Amino acid sequence: MTAIATSDTALQLTRDGQLKHFLTLDGLQRPLLTDILDTADSFIEVGERTIKKVPLLRGRTVVNLFFESSTRTRSTFELAAKRLSADVLNLDINTSATSKGESLSDTLLNLEAMASDMFVVRHSQSGAPHFIAQSVTPGVAIVNAGDGRHAHPTQAMLDMLTIRQHKGSFEGLKVAIVGDVLHSRVARSQIAALNTLGVAEVRVIAPGTLLPRDVESLGCKVQYDMRAGLKDLDVVIMLRLQRERMQGALLPSEREFYRLYGLNTEKLALARPDCIVMHPGPINRGVEIESAVADGPQSVILNQVTNGIAVRMAVMSMAMSGQVAERTRGQAEGEQA
Amino acid sequence: MTALLDTDQLLNELEAGLREQLTSRAVTSPALIGIRTGGVWLADAMNKRLGLEQPFGELDISFYRDDFSRIGLNPRVCPSHLPFETEDRDIILIDDVIMSGRTIRAAMNEIFDYGRPASIILCTLIDLGARELPIQPDVVGRTLSLQSHQRVKLQGPAPLKLELRETGQ
Amino acid sequence: MSEDRQTSIRIVNGRRLTAQGEAAGTESLLIENGRIAAVGEAADRRHADQQLDAQDCRVAPGFIDLCCYLREPGNSQKGNIASETLAAARGGFATVCASPESSPVNDSTAVTHLIRDTATARGAVRVLPIGAATRALEGELLSDMAGLSAAGCVAFSNGSAVFRNARILRRCMAYAQTFGYTLMLQPRNQALSADGFAHDGQVAARLGLLGIPEVAETAAVMEMLLLAEEAGVRLHLSQLSTARSVDMVADAQQRGVAVTADVAMHHLVLTENALSGFDSRFHVLPPLRTEADRQRLLAGVRDGVIGSIVSQHQPQDPAAKRAPLGETGPGLSSVESVLSLGLTLVERDELTLPQLIGALTQGPAAVLDRPVAGLNEGDEADICIFDPRAHWVASAETLMSMGKHAPVTGSPLPGVIRYTLSGGRLAWPVG
Repeated sequence: MTAIATSDTALQLTRDGQLKHFLTLDGLQRPLLTDILDTADSFIEVGERTIKKVPLLRGRTVVNLFFESSTRTRSTFELAAKRLSADVLNLDINTSATSKGESLSDTLLNLEAMASDMFVVRHSQSGAPHFIAQSVTPGVAIVNAGDGRHAHPTQAMLDMLTIRQHKGSFEGLKVAIVGDVLHSRVARSQIAALNTLGVAEVRVIAPGTLLPRDVESLGCKVQYDMRAGLKDLDVVIMLRLQRERMQGALLPSEREFYRLYGLNTEKLALARPDCIVMHPGPINRGVEIESAVADGPQSVILNQVTNGIAVRMAVMSMAMSGQVAERTRGQAEGEQA
Repeated sequence: MTALLDTDQLLNELEAGLREQLTSRAVTSPALIGIRTGGVWLADAMNKRLGLEQPFGELDISFYRDDFSRIGLNPRVCPSHLPFETEDRDIILIDDVIMSGRTIRAAMNEIFDYGRPASIILCTLIDLGARELPIQPDVVGRTLSLQSHQRVKLQGPAPLKLELRETGQ
Repeated sequence: MSEDRQTSIRIVNGRRLTAQGEAAGTESLLIENGRIAAVGEAADRRHADQQLDAQDCRVAPGFIDLCCYLREPGNSQKGNIASETLAAARGGFATVCASPESSPVNDSTAVTHLIRDTATARGAVRVLPIGAATRALEGELLSDMAGLSAAGCVAFSNGSAVFRNARILRRCMAYAQTFGYTLMLQPRNQALSADGFAHDGQVAARLGLLGIPEVAETAAVMEMLLLAEEAGVRLHLSQLSTARSVDMVADAQQRGVAVTADVAMHHLVLTENALSGFDSRFHVLPPLRTEADRQRLLAGVRDGVIGSIVSQHQPQDPAAKRAPLGETGPGLSSVESVLSLGLTLVERDELTLPQLIGALTQGPAAVLDRPVAGLNEGDEADICIFDPRAHWVASAETLMSMGKHAPVTGSPLPGVIRYTLSGGRLAWPVG
């Protein structure tokens, strides 16, 4: 319409189409996603060496800015940054404490005074990393480590890497995402990535209370019946179910949810025999997945963890690289002017 | 305009030089590592010529370059692949062209991250001079001095052809 | 606006434009003592202290805004009566209704008097206070409506707050009906809208925004229509945003329910897509909805179901909009852009110029029981003179409002208000 909203693409990419922030997978094209996966492959090799470290980001400062605590995700970002030889500062900012006095804008001003090169941001509000990317000084890369219900693009990309390792390519794959899609930033990013990478079909399997309105518009089919949804499946991704979903009448009980939408050996047998089982973790055994499946031969949940570090190394170095390119061009144009 | 150098003869000279080095240093079981992409083709050729049993290694130095602050990350980075332990090994490091010496510095840094080698012999097909770092090859196929409008490029993998190009002024 | 003799003003070279249509030629208007004293040759012959050249311009009745936040008393960092009425004058408005959502809330005659006195002293245009329908807008206890009315409140509203339950709403309607007061209510079911701030649709699904479903509005519209029909109160529904609401209002009007409605200009121009880059300007309540909703709202204006277009001007201080979307304050700084956005609709043949002018003048006048805004001899001299072909650019520097979050900034907008007269006085430009 009349007003032109800043598109995600313009915010995330340099004019040459290089990544400079990593906020969402929406709008990123297949070649770029493939580049991320290929670069991550190279970093997996680094992780197998005696010295698991490369000097790429030596002397640069990465700030892990976590407004929502998550030791697990923060640790993988920290390890990824350290393996790139960056200096890492972890800031766990309890939002309830900061909201008393300092606004997010003020927090950012203080952090910029530390001359950081990259913020890895986790925030309970959808769009917070976008806001930060629009507010910070040019040259600082923003990597989204999960915002509200919106996106968790590094998690989705590590899942894509895991799928590619096991399936070779994305062509023809049928993938289901099971559980609390409504509240899941992981699911939104996965659906975007799977569609961009060209799988045959993405299904979401959940009761109506756990699906966003117009979920089909994201590029997926809705299946209420898990048994029917598992048919012909190559990949099944189980989502974590937060206990608080029993409040507010979204679900009656964990027991009923597990009976209808939990993954067990018997249900998994309905999928293709080589169907892999994924979970972004941490797992609620007996709530969304049976232990025998989580630890079984079709589970690739532990691969996901290894891949997480490599994907984060790839995204961090690519975003920093885009910032370098932008700055170099800025200087060149400045000299010309 | 493209001129062709006699690649086979250069390879013969490289092989002879390498054998001499190995003998004089009393190295019996070296491991070959080629730097992507030209160096990998050469490593393949030398591995066969020297009759080495084990596969050679491939090194992608993208993560070790010293110009990240100026040009960023190589978008076509591939995993390095060293199918052997480097700790205490005698390494032959091969690249197609040496000039500033920066690639070799990056390559040696990367090799050390796999383990501390006993020794490294540096072998390049062409030496263009113009060194910026105190790094000299032990074995060289040919030393060339190029005009500013001339470029050399190794084409491969099979057959290997070394091209001398005249670029537009 | 004091009672001493006013400067007489003659407007020349402009073409008159009302809800009934556009005049073929130019005619002069003479304004004396707050009224149009003469039209045409008679106006040309008489003496005037001041002459306004309306070359290339349309001369329309001054616009009336049924929903405008002046932020005074209380929120001086967001705006005040002087700044926001000047912004309104710049937007062609001769009259604005002041939302009761100030701090303190306009639920007492003291606040009503304060607003009126400040407006008289420093306001650029006529300010009509809207009283709070319930005390502190808490939706529980009735306000002193008769007292507020006597103090100058022209209607009652609960702002963006909701009634605690249907029983209180029903009693509020019965009480207002007793005295013939108009209730201006924004339909919203609190339980269904909860913490939402975006239309519960495709964009909210993709961006993971907390949604306000369509039914949060339609369920409230239905409830309000049924209760109003029973009470016989004059109900004005504020800022409809969904197609279904328009249909329900049309049905009610057909069966004779005394219901009128308005729509905010931004709902006629924008859809949920405006939020796709997390642009906090477009965090408005009710939320911007789908293209189908926008189309039906436009049709509602065209067929008269929706009689009024409002600015729903809600100036915010920069900090209130500089945060992650869900933590920002709602509303646009829109009062200066209403005509321009309306003209873009006219350019796209989505509204005619008389329909646009009618919804900014005649429609709201009817809701407020003010005389039908014409431009005839004897009419109140509320006049807006604008050049439809000239352009302006909204920016932090050019906007008069303290809120700089206008719907379109940085690119040219059609339609420049050259002069606004409110009660015969020149309100815009200043000085």
